[in-house]
Amino acid sequence: MTTWPILSVTTFLPLVGALIVYLSRGDDEAAKRNSRWIALWTTLITFAVSVILVMRFDPANPDFQFVEKANWLATGITYHMGVDGISLPLVILTTAIMPFCIIASWKAVTNRVREYMMAFLILETLMIGTFSALDLVLFYLFFEGGLIPMFLIIGVWGGPRRVYASFKFFLYTLLGSVLMLLAIMALYWNGGTTDIPTLMHTAVPRSLQTWAWLAFFASFAVKMPMWPVHTWLPDAHVEAPTAGSVVLAAILLKMGGYGFLRFSLPMFPLASHDFAPLIFTLSAIAIIYTSLVALMQEDMKKLIAYSSVAHMGFVTMGIFAGTMQGVAGGMFQMISHGIVSGALFLCVGVVYDRLHTREIAAYGGLVNRMPLYAMTFMVFTMANVGLPGTSGFVGEFMTLLGTFKVSIPTAFFATFGVILSAGYALWLYRKVVFGALVKPSLMSMKDLTLRECVTLFPLIALTILFGVYPKPVLDMSAASVQQLVNNYNTAVTAVKAAALLQ
Amino acid sequence: MSFETAGYQLAPVLPELVLAVGAMALLMLGAYRGQGTTKTVTSLAVVLLIVVGALVYMQPAGKQVTFGGSFIVDDFARFMKILALIGSAVTLVLSTEFLSDPSRRIFEYSILVLLSTLGMMVLISAGDLISLYLGLELMSLALYVVAASNRDNAKSTEAGLKYFVLGALSSGMLLYGASLVYGFTGTVSFTGIASAATVSNVGLVFGLVFLLAGLCFKVSAVPFHMWTPDVYEGAPTPVTAFFASAPKVAALAVFTRVTLTAFPGIVSQWQQILVFVAIASMALGSFAAIGQSNIKRLMAYSSIGHMGFALVGLASGTVEGAQGVLMYIVIYVAMTLGSFSIILAMRRNGQAVEQISDFAGLSRTNPLLAFMFAMLLFSLAGIPPLAGFFAKWYVFVAAIKANLFTLAVIGVLTSVVGAYYYLAIVKTMYFDEPAGQVDPVRIEVRTVLAVAGLFNLLFALFAGPVVSVASAAAKSLF
Repeated sequence: MTTWPILSVTTFLPLVGALIVYLSRGDDEAAKRNSRWIALWTTLITFAVSVILVMRFDPANPDFQFVEKANWLATGITYHMGVDGISLPLVILTTAIMPFCIIASWKAVTNRVREYMMAFLILETLMIGTFSALDLVLFYLFFEGGLIPMFLIIGVWGGPRRVYASFKFFLYTLLGSVLMLLAIMALYWNGGTTDIPTLMHTAVPRSLQTWAWLAFFASFAVKMPMWPVHTWLPDAHVEAPTAGSVVLAAILLKMGGYGFLRFSLPMFPLASHDFAPLIFTLSAIAIIYTSLVALMQEDMKKLIAYSSVAHMGFVTMGIFAGTMQGVAGGMFQMISHGIVSGALFLCVGVVYDRLHTREIAAYGGLVNRMPLYAMTFMVFTMANVGLPGTSGFVGEFMTLLGTFKVSIPTAFFATFGVILSAGYALWLYRKVVFGALVKPSLMSMKDLTLRECVTLFPLIALTILFGVYPKPVLDMSAASVQQLVNNYNTAVTAVKAAALLQ
Repeated sequence: MSFETAGYQLAPVLPELVLAVGAMALLMLGAYRGQGTTKTVTSLAVVLLIVVGALVYMQPAGKQVTFGGSFIVDDFARFMKILALIGSAVTLVLSTEFLSDPSRRIFEYSILVLLSTLGMMVLISAGDLISLYLGLELMSLALYVVAASNRDNAKSTEAGLKYFVLGALSSGMLLYGASLVYGFTGTVSFTGIASAATVSNVGLVFGLVFLLAGLCFKVSAVPFHMWTPDVYEGAPTPVTAFFASAPKVAALAVFTRVTLTAFPGIVSQWQQILVFVAIASMALGSFAAIGQSNIKRLMAYSSIGHMGFALVGLASGTVEGAQGVLMYIVIYVAMTLGSFSIILAMRRNGQAVEQISDFAGLSRTNPLLAFMFAMLLFSLAGIPPLAGFFAKWYVFVAAIKANLFTLAVIGVLTSVVGAYYYLAIVKTMYFDEPAGQVDPVRIEVRTVLAVAGLFNLLFALFAGPVVSVASAAAKSLF
């Protein structure tokens, strides 16, 4: 077996692609085409390399694999990369979604194509790096670095209120993250290192656990986003170009959930246990409140954005239930939501490219002109609702099951979200696709082109495949999740036992 | 064979001697050959600075003391001197354009920069209050004149005068503080003060406060910052670049040396002063910059804020804190020189433009310039993976270790506020419609920009060695 640094190659390949795009000078049509093709090939090759990761990955081993370590900064801060069952699915999700983003921007983006493709490729490097960094400083570097390309993507290629949306996105996220940075420093002095595997086995004093948990929470809750710090998300989604929305919904939001799984639960188990009721409350509110808000939206992207917040509520609820089903369900829900919400934004992009509006009221009766589109949109709507047989169901069901064992009221209220999501999603679908085709502007709408089919059909296949056969994803993460849950429960019971003895 | 005079070793002051003699020689050259030699003098001055830098670099590692302890050469001093020399040399390079104008062919400009740099080197190596004052005045007096070097411009003259009046006031305060410290400890040498000042008494603390006030003026920390925006705006742009880089290095170096080596016994006394000054500087630097429309004025507030961040490291009073200050100042100098080279590059139809609105749409008229500036601005805001993030990391990590949690939390929160105005410039460059073509950028400006820009972009790759050097330099103070 060869020993090339496969994980670093996956991470930095897109950066190399960005450099190649940069070197391809010119501003004419040929140059634009070149940058598109280079970007597409880069993302495809990156995906191919990441498939090697999956093939060589040993799902039975709960520890980090493909570990790479090198000196970086002095004193305990190293370049340390590796993936386990929790991060690998997210890495694959990233590499798999990116080609779709590039294809989706093929026709939609016509000005400053070169910079656009570079921004996306750099963003991909930073996203993969976030999921595979095993050093807190390195993690923070990738995590925060992603703000710069995303800020530019929203601000340069976004809609009319792009300036407001991009500033809000940047400052909101930065505000949460700087507090996490201070907590990282405190952990550094507590453990003498920022090495994540080492810190997972380093005892953290109870008071530091509380403060550090809150600081990490500030960052991840904004990123997730959880109610009440979700307000940047609808703005960012509405203004971002289609591919930007896809990346935001499918991958960037997952960084919050990943952070909870990677840091909060293993490093601060006691604080996580103490604060679980807070998370449950916020998640339940998020699920019900944002679903209700979604019912009132007039903009398609905004509606899907609010539904994302609700679905992320299931993830946080499942993760902090601390049970095997809850955590595995949260993990699965993240992957499923990544596919489904990404696809939904692509669907919105399809009609937006034709009519240049996202007003729900501007559409109606599309099924008459666009049968293929109607079918595609239906599959993803159903997956968003959580219909059995789609991937959306598996995640929601497992998180509810896991939470039910810990907190019945939370599970009770969260279940309303399933009903409400059926309400807004079906309402959206009816308004846009069904009804009579009366609006003159819609008369000339064309059905899905081949390019759009290429982006949407693989996602349909995955949605249904994972809906009836979720085993590949669950198996990949099972061992790591099991170890995480065991360690968490051991730490919590040890403290409870000690408290009883006194 | 020993190289000495009156029983004192001269080897440690060799670089300073070379600089002083070199500056005199260039002065003679200019005085006898007239203003036509401006270009030659400037080039020779840059060469001289490089030679002096090499001499400093070649000095043996470890601590050497001469003149009875008033002049110290240790790793810390050598680190800071090289940085100050780089700052001066680069600003001289950036000044070529300014000096090429027939009405401004003043060869004295380079000489004054050299003398000011000499003052900085004395200041950095100061081992007692006398050499501190000597260095400080040599540095400042040259700076006052340089600020007014655009003689026919009212704003430049006003800047020079303002700087002089306020600078004289701060020197007075510093002297008053120094005399009180001398009175209550009976010595002027830092080591002597350190052994005498183990318990705080009112007189000593009084002296300390005045001493620190004078130093705060030099690093332009709140509440002694008032001169900064006016001087930055009024002075010619290359001079502003100079003010923002090398003198800050020297002032911060002496600030660090005085607090850590002369008053280690009463840390709690100066720590609370520094905590206040740091918080006030960071807050003012962040909030006051929001309303600015002139880029140089904005950079003035930005530098006030950055000095606040650097003082966060110093406030912790530990070796990590000193290391943080060193890391911060290295990265700050690179970011500042890079930013000012972009401000110098912004010329339309031969006229320098310095309103922020003039940057509109730069990403389309000059993509590379816009990209470099955007990266520098993100770096100034402290966003990883750029250099500015590492600067903030090292000062805040020291503050956390010293349990200065309130300071650290307020610090990072103001950095978010600061991010807003840096983003506003990025927005102007990237989201707005172009405001017209920019003149071709001169080669020397382009070179400085390329070096500073690459340093900023790729800092994460070579951060390790820089950290080790800074760590060794910081340890030499303890």
